[in-house]
Amino acid sequence: MKPGNSRWRIIRRRARQNPLMVVGLLVCLAWVLISLGADHLAPADPLRQSVMERLQAPSAKYPFGTDQLGRDVLSRVLYGGRTSLPAGLLVIVSATFVGTLFGALAGYVGGLWDELLMRFTEIFMAFPIIILAMAIAAALGPSVNNAVIAMSIVWWPNYARVVRSLVISVKSNEYVTSARAIGASPARILFVTVLPNCLAPALVMATLDIGNAILIFAGLSFLGLGPEPSSPEWGRMVSDGIDHYDQWWLSTFPGIAIFTVVMALNFVGDGLRDLADPRTRKAVR
Amino acid sequence: MSLHQFLARRLVLMIPLLIGISLVAFIISNAIPADPTAANLGERAAADPKIVAAFREKWGLDEPLHVQYLTYLSNLLKGDMGTSIRSRRPVSEELGRFLPATIELATFGILVSLVAGVIFGVISAVWRNRPIDFIVRILSLIGVSAPVFWLALIGLILLYLRWDLVPGPGRLDPKLRPPPGVTGLYTVDSLLAGDWRTLRNALEHLILPSLVLGAYSAGLITRITRSSMLEVLSMEYMTTARSKGLREWTVITRHGLRNALMPVVTIIGLSYGNLLSGAVLTETIFAWEGIGRYAYNAARTLDFPVLMGVSMLIAIIFVLMNLIVDILYYWLDPRLRQA
Repeated sequence: MKPGNSRWRIIRRRARQNPLMVVGLLVCLAWVLISLGADHLAPADPLRQSVMERLQAPSAKYPFGTDQLGRDVLSRVLYGGRTSLPAGLLVIVSATFVGTLFGALAGYVGGLWDELLMRFTEIFMAFPIIILAMAIAAALGPSVNNAVIAMSIVWWPNYARVVRSLVISVKSNEYVTSARAIGASPARILFVTVLPNCLAPALVMATLDIGNAILIFAGLSFLGLGPEPSSPEWGRMVSDGIDHYDQWWLSTFPGIAIFTVVMALNFVGDGLRDLADPRTRKAVR
Repeated sequence: MSLHQFLARRLVLMIPLLIGISLVAFIISNAIPADPTAANLGERAAADPKIVAAFREKWGLDEPLHVQYLTYLSNLLKGDMGTSIRSRRPVSEELGRFLPATIELATFGILVSLVAGVIFGVISAVWRNRPIDFIVRILSLIGVSAPVFWLALIGLILLYLRWDLVPGPGRLDPKLRPPPGVTGLYTVDSLLAGDWRTLRNALEHLILPSLVLGAYSAGLITRITRSSMLEVLSMEYMTTARSKGLREWTVITRHGLRNALMPVVTIIGLSYGNLLSGAVLTETIFAWEGIGRYAYNAARTLDFPVLMGVSMLIAIIFVLMNLIVDILYYWLDPRLRQA
């Protein structure tokens, strides 16, 4: 049997064991493709206003209806992923990066640094994410970039704590002692020997967290602390529905968009966690 | 360690944490380029250097930062959280006025999520891989994936406008007067006053917001309970309990659930913080006069004393919740008492 064959068999078996993860991956992939291809997929310009056709119910011409300025809701939903998806991803990537850096240092060096960092992150974790992010985003001025910056500032301590405890547990392994014995520098031990062994759990946590980040970002933008009012962004679009209860399509469709993305990401995150942790893998089966 | 020692230790550890929290709240509201002068004075007044200077002097904005912080901290110890730049009233007074509404909402939210989460989690674990387990798992995923502000709007559109099952936004119907204020919690106050009509109305107004607010935590608690229950169910003492001839229900609740509750207790402490955050979004939509809405309005006008006050207050509640969680641990896990 060729090795390539058996690898596919393993993937097929894993996929059968965890159909939800496959569904999640497909939905994520679909949203990425939709966002990339929005120019070709969207039936109309998401910014084009047509006051004569405002607040129209879903019809053949406008499958998702039109909003208070007569813009095509379907097209706006299709474009919406272009803001929310990169924003959520960016928050998690920067939080993971900064958190890993500080967490790894604290866990590896230990002592005073460790103590300081832990007290520092405790303080941050006592604040509710959205209120702190709200204060920062409001002060920096509402924009996509500032919402992402505000969220990253609030988000990284989580990762610092997780990576720290991972580093501490990996550090006591014998292969780390032997790396030290052959004279590897502390930096080399940390970045080449210890950190790669901490990555899998951190990545699982990050995947599960992207959905959360997208939710909070949508919340900030719902409150008007994200993208500018006219831009097609899901959270922002849901907030259009507040003044128009009777026009259910204004908030329903962009909400479904957020919901499907976050749900798919949760499927994938759960699946990854089960794959990474043989104990729960058994439990799930 | 006795409970007293345990508590004293935890309380002492809280002091540096609280100082840190006040420092972070202070730094964030000062280290950012936004200028409250421009946001709070009109455009014409902001262009006049004299008015600006007077404004900065009045609010202590001309002092060096560390002096501002020390003043803030010493006032804080006296219970003075400063004055709202927008409404010109003491922040602590306004917080006291808005907090009960949020506490009421968040408490009902956590009740909803706790009851639903634990029941669903146990059902799902006991009937693992049956259709009911599958349904519960999907439901819990919906709970943690749906944006709270969206659930709120859809809930209002369907349950209020279409089917008229619940009342609209607000804490009471406009024609009813709030009960005499003792605790500020409408349910408790109307109960104390023996005013059944108001109590009923207040409860009806709580249904939708607390369901919406609790949805995320309910999903989370279901997931945690399920996995923790699954772990416990496979333990040998469960087999022992069954072989003693105990009824299945007793085995599951007394021997299973009790041991599976530890991780759930942890998550409740964290969830309460989550709920208070969710309250910002929920309160905005349901016109709920709580601190979430208060913070949101403050953020829009860069009313920093208010923002600092709300952040501090919520952080303190969060720290206290975790203290309670620690005490619960102590109570649930006899091993801690020997440590």
